[in-house]
Amino acid sequence: MTYAWDFNVIYTYREVLLVGLGNTLLYTFACIVGGLLVGLLAAFGRLSPLMIVRWPTQLLVEIFRCTPLLVILIWFYYALPALLGVQISALTAGLLALSLYGGSFYGEIIRAGIISIDIGQREAAQALGMRRGDAMRRIILPQALRRMVPPLMNQSILQLKNTSLVSVLALPDLIYQGQLVTHETYRPLEVYTTVAVVYFAILFPATLLVQRLERRFDTKA
Amino acid sequence: MSKTPGDSIIEICGLSKAFGSLQVLRDINLSIPRGDVVALIGPSGSGKSTLLRCLNLLVVPDGGSVSVNGRSFTFGTGQRLPGDRSLSQFRARTGMVFQHFNLFPHMTVIENVMEGPLTVLRRPRDETRANAIALLEKVGLSDKADSPPSRLSGGQKQRVAIARALAMKPDVMFFDEVTSALDPELVGEVLSVMRELAREGMTMIIVTHEIAFARDVGDRVVFMRDGVIVEDGTPEQVISNPANASTKAFLSHFHR
Repeated sequence: MTYAWDFNVIYTYREVLLVGLGNTLLYTFACIVGGLLVGLLAAFGRLSPLMIVRWPTQLLVEIFRCTPLLVILIWFYYALPALLGVQISALTAGLLALSLYGGSFYGEIIRAGIISIDIGQREAAQALGMRRGDAMRRIILPQALRRMVPPLMNQSILQLKNTSLVSVLALPDLIYQGQLVTHETYRPLEVYTTVAVVYFAILFPATLLVQRLERRFDTKA
Repeated sequence: MSKTPGDSIIEICGLSKAFGSLQVLRDINLSIPRGDVVALIGPSGSGKSTLLRCLNLLVVPDGGSVSVNGRSFTFGTGQRLPGDRSLSQFRARTGMVFQHFNLFPHMTVIENVMEGPLTVLRRPRDETRANAIALLEKVGLSDKADSPPSRLSGGQKQRVAIARALAMKPDVMFFDEVTSALDPELVGEVLSVMRELAREGMTMIIVTHEIAFARDVGDRVVFMRDGVIVEDGTPEQVISNPANASTKAFLSHFHR
């Protein structure tokens, strides 16, 4: 039994799929920005000298790191509104879940980058008379950022892939739009192959870029 | 010839420090006149580096008091720990050079030297740059101004680190085993910069294993062991004619 491929359906429904692609990129952008903000808070929370800040931050980070994203998404959409007694749109729930989930990983990357900088750098800054914030801003962070860039980009690649899960909340991302086209055409092979190729076409160049950056920062160290 | 306590630029009273259950400094008293060069010697683990770090409060003492050029801090139960602002103001007046240089690798040589005056003192860039160039000339590295530190030899790095500390125009300079990480042939260039500084009248405390240098440049040599000052006097007294058995034992490891 040979399957007769027919990619004409893709062309016919190209606009539906393009809308999905646009939304996927939009969700990715939003949850990278949101995730980085959450990550910064998480990193500095876990580096805080105050136990009352450090402990709750670590607890939250671990909750999000150790729970499947799908569970978090569903919990934010179905459970949180019931708990708070307010309606949360699928978009809000989806982006919130993705940002917090991604942020817990970003946070660990940022924290690791900061503590990887030799203690002597902080001491040299302090010995010059720099205040804590100046030492962080002028000496530690510029060096730490260089080390963080490749892993942060890796995590952002995962963020893009993770956006595919928001389709369970009926958000019109690439996968969800693909499902719509499939239901119309009964051509899952063509549609999902195309969807896979599109994800790959975006992410493969991104992974190459990460590899190049890693090599560049390696020679600098 | 004895100087009155009023001449002292550094005054240490009853200083103590423990790391966990390990008592690193016990009741250290030291008074250092302005312009003196003090060599701090002793076996590793004797507390000499910790003492130096207590002087610019990179290590916070448990008890006693530290006074540098009129600014003093008292430590112990009931005393509030100094805050970030007063700590940084205090440290800005003391220069420190480290064993492992600790240059800022993301900045060029001259940016390293300019960083303190720019960020801490908020001096104008032009003036700071001119100062930095003069300092690099003084340590013999004006041709390396725009190089990254990674391109320098150990001796060159250490000379940049000295210039970086001097850029703050400190009242005193602390040197923490600054030649211990250097290849033997590079030690001389760093010591000659320090010798020049001593000649100019800078107050210096030097933690060192260079006994010959300590005798040569030091006005005074302090021998420490197990967190206490065992012997304290002129180089002739402490190095050439040590009175204490442990000083003798320590010095016997060096060619004098």
